[in-house]
Amino acid sequence: MEVRVSRRQGQFLVDVDFAGASSGVTALYGPSGAGKSSVIGMIAGLARPDSGLVVVGGRVLFDSARGIDLPPEKRRLGCVFQDGRLFPHLSVRSNLYYGMKLVAPAERRIPPEQVIALLGIEHLLDRSPKNLSGGEKQRVAVGRALLISPAALLMDEPLASLDPARKDELIPYIARIGREFAMPVLYVSHSLTEIRRLTDTVVFLRNGRVERSGHPAPLLRPLLSVS
Amino acid sequence: MEWLRLTPVEWDAMRLSLRVAVWAVLLSLPAGIGAAWVLSRLDFPGRRLLDGFIHLPLVLPPVVTGYLLLLTFGRNGWIGGFLYTHFEFTLAFKWTGAVLASAVMAFPLMVRAIRLSMDNVDRGVEAAARTLGAGPLRVFFTVTMPLALPGVITGSVLAFARSLGEFGATIMFVSNIPGRTQTLPLALYTLTQVPGGESGAMRLCVIAVVIAMAALVSSELLSRRHTAVLNA
Repeated sequence: MEVRVSRRQGQFLVDVDFAGASSGVTALYGPSGAGKSSVIGMIAGLARPDSGLVVVGGRVLFDSARGIDLPPEKRRLGCVFQDGRLFPHLSVRSNLYYGMKLVAPAERRIPPEQVIALLGIEHLLDRSPKNLSGGEKQRVAVGRALLISPAALLMDEPLASLDPARKDELIPYIARIGREFAMPVLYVSHSLTEIRRLTDTVVFLRNGRVERSGHPAPLLRPLLSVS
Repeated sequence: MEWLRLTPVEWDAMRLSLRVAVWAVLLSLPAGIGAAWVLSRLDFPGRRLLDGFIHLPLVLPPVVTGYLLLLTFGRNGWIGGFLYTHFEFTLAFKWTGAVLASAVMAFPLMVRAIRLSMDNVDRGVEAAARTLGAGPLRVFFTVTMPLALPGVITGSVLAFARSLGEFGATIMFVSNIPGRTQTLPLALYTLTQVPGGESGAMRLCVIAVVIAMAALVSSELLSRRHTAVLNA
């Protein structure tokens, strides 16, 4: 995963350049307002960079130099948002299959049974998203994104709206996704605890720029001593 | 209960009114949904102008709207003339003309209701659908429309009720011909102008109240059912 994008939003300039691991979790870490969500939006195709390049799994999704800008529906990136964004008018089952049905059967690499078992959501399938707990909602959102057999999974603070107990409940699932499906996961968070339990690589954002990146251990130690 | 028995003219007026109102709603629904979506989702120069134009029948005296319809869709109007010379088709003094007058008058009410509910549809959920592989058209039909359905129901009922009550634009555009263009309000007005018409007017009054109440109750039931589905 190769990301080099810049975009001006009013006074704020996001200008980042980093490479994510080709499988396993890469964390995008930084204080709120560092531009993490806008980077995710630009990778997903929901916001358009002024200039730059986005390559995921060897596929060019955006390249301002060559005038390439795939719409979000053509990017095949599984997105999990902070607020879940499940379809309120559909059952959990229909939510899960919404994206999968739009993928040609030959391109479906990830079997639904495996995802449903991994996330432990079998008993929720016939429920409506309205009566799920926050943690259950996010598990369904993760499943929905996985079932499009994405080239990568983009997770924008998926645990931020949950209480600590729910966070503990979800982190193991996310850790297993990177391993079980050998898929790059870009995980946005402003929480060091989450990151330490998840990742191999951290990209540290501040004021719209990459400050440092690399293995979490040397990176997190000085940060921890500061906090 | 003898006085409740409708005369043929009153029956005609009631049936015509229902037919006109149903067609006016059905025909303006696609355009109303389209206009509501454009106003809710697109930002372009001239958006306010379009908004104002759509709302014009709401603020203009209905007779003025009817007169403008006559000028454009009458046999000598620029659209009406074209239709008549090329297809021998005309709306003037026909029940179909009453449909057009009702549809135009009810359009702003319909668009307002639908737009309001589209404004309330979470754009984030639409964006999520895009990332799952749905193109803009699919997002519209599988996410935006189902979530905006209560507004579509409300808008349709408002438009239906407005069509049922249409008077000024209709009488101006298609006149007041019993059996052809004489809708319920026109028939009621006519009855009050002749001696001995009071009981007929009263009957039409009762019918109008019954139809309006039925429309209101059924829309309430429909949207309650929809909300129940959403919250199930």
